[in-house]
Amino acid sequence: MKEVAIIGVGQTSFVRGYEGSIRELAFDAFREAMQDAGITQKDVDASIFCSAPEYDKQRSPAGVLAEYLGLIPQPTLYVETVCSSSSTGIKVAYGMIKSGLHDVVVVLGFQKMSEISSAESQERMGRGSDIQWEAPFGTMMPAYYALYAQAYMSKHGLTHDDLMNVRIKSSTYGVVNDRAVYRKPVKPGDFKQGDPEAKMAGPVAWPLRVGDCCANADGSSCIILANAEKAKALSKKPVWVLGIGAASEAVNMAARPDFTRGLSVGYAAAAQAYKMAGITAKDVKVAEVHDCFTIAEIMSYEGLGFAPMGEGKQLIREKTTYKEGKIPVNVDGGLLSKGHPIGATGGSQIRTIVLQLRGEAGPMQVAGEPDIGLVHNIGGVGLYGNVTIFGR
Amino acid sequence: MGFEKFGRKSFTAITKTAKFVDLLTEGKIEGTVCKDCGAKFFPPRADCAKCFSKNMEWFEMPQKGQLETFTTAYYAPLGFEADPPYTMGVVNFGSGLKLFARLTKEIKPEEVKVGMDVSIRPLKYDDGQLSFEVIKA
Repeated sequence: MKEVAIIGVGQTSFVRGYEGSIRELAFDAFREAMQDAGITQKDVDASIFCSAPEYDKQRSPAGVLAEYLGLIPQPTLYVETVCSSSSTGIKVAYGMIKSGLHDVVVVLGFQKMSEISSAESQERMGRGSDIQWEAPFGTMMPAYYALYAQAYMSKHGLTHDDLMNVRIKSSTYGVVNDRAVYRKPVKPGDFKQGDPEAKMAGPVAWPLRVGDCCANADGSSCIILANAEKAKALSKKPVWVLGIGAASEAVNMAARPDFTRGLSVGYAAAAQAYKMAGITAKDVKVAEVHDCFTIAEIMSYEGLGFAPMGEGKQLIREKTTYKEGKIPVNVDGGLLSKGHPIGATGGSQIRTIVLQLRGEAGPMQVAGEPDIGLVHNIGGVGLYGNVTIFGR
Repeated sequence: MGFEKFGRKSFTAITKTAKFVDLLTEGKIEGTVCKDCGAKFFPPRADCAKCFSKNMEWFEMPQKGQLETFTTAYYAPLGFEADPPYTMGVVNFGSGLKLFARLTKEIKPEEVKVGMDVSIRPLKYDDGQLSFEVIKA
């Protein structure tokens, strides 16, 4: 189904403490994507801005950013599903283009998390959960994912070493990704319990340790989509949106059916996306998954059908998801190494897959000219799930 | 008003389910049940999304359940800095009823196991905040 294509991608380096305002942050990714597409603002019919609110003082950022990027008077709007905001932006853009309303749409994800302290940030993120019935207990994102980790590890024999090896895989590629916030290699000694020098070993929300968690970052990403006619006219290497899936789940942990099975939205979104694209998990040559925590990557393998339930650990033990493996996953370092500027993350994942399918991923390039790539982007603790499939 | 007294720190002041806090002062931990279709809810709801009824009444939560999963937090968000480490978990009572809460400090971290039998009880903090916690069965 070649009806909507990506004709331009851009992303800033993900950093701690971006030296500029959100409009300047947005401009950097936009500029790169526009130059990649080789178009001007006159070619753009509409824009969509994506972030998690409450980090910025600016209310209703879409209009403000559209003006700074030179995208007025075209229509603009704001889309939010926390950590998956820019994947949701892609879904909205797809609908706007396929309906015939617009020919070319810019989707820009951004987040400047360094505006507030880490403790404030944890409180805001915790309030992405159930503020009435759960936040009063002092919840935060690592604790929620730790609930899944604890149940999953108890049932399926997943070990702390397996989780550590997810982080080590991530760092293998973080080292070579010049856009990543964490670029140092990670070794098993970094996770050694009781060693004060082991900076990744300390507990955050047990069973998750410092090294199991991704870092806050500032960053922006930009994806430009076009209909088939414009894509063929404007782009030498369009990358087509083949399948889109999205789902939601109960916010309160008391309403989650089964913690040993991973996130239900991952399964539901994957099934929809595979069906729309007319492919199966076996057809995917390269994938980006939402590894906000190491456990999340293991659970995603199963939701996406890369491994049977409970067997996700084998993909890490057998290095199946390394660049040279059967299904390379997060070979740009993932959220764990790149950092996770909430609203920008989905667009960054999509940019990586687009570069992979174009053969332009540099030191991260998967061999064999991959023709189908997948992006798995989760919002909150599986509150929202998005899976998007791309092809050449 | 009234719901600002719920939990270590409440983010909600006004809700139609604020009676939950009054019930805690009476030593009761209760959910809501729809008088029209019989659907049971915990945490409590004022509205039934199954049959659109607003005709709800309170029911006492079961006492015996199993700990489905848990985590011990070593860091805390803003407003909870004095509390770590604290353990939180999900209790499964069967027949679709579950509950999320902190575990009592009386249970040592090394004693906590997935699947262990647990119970629940109301909790009053020194500053007057009202909550509930998971205890040994």
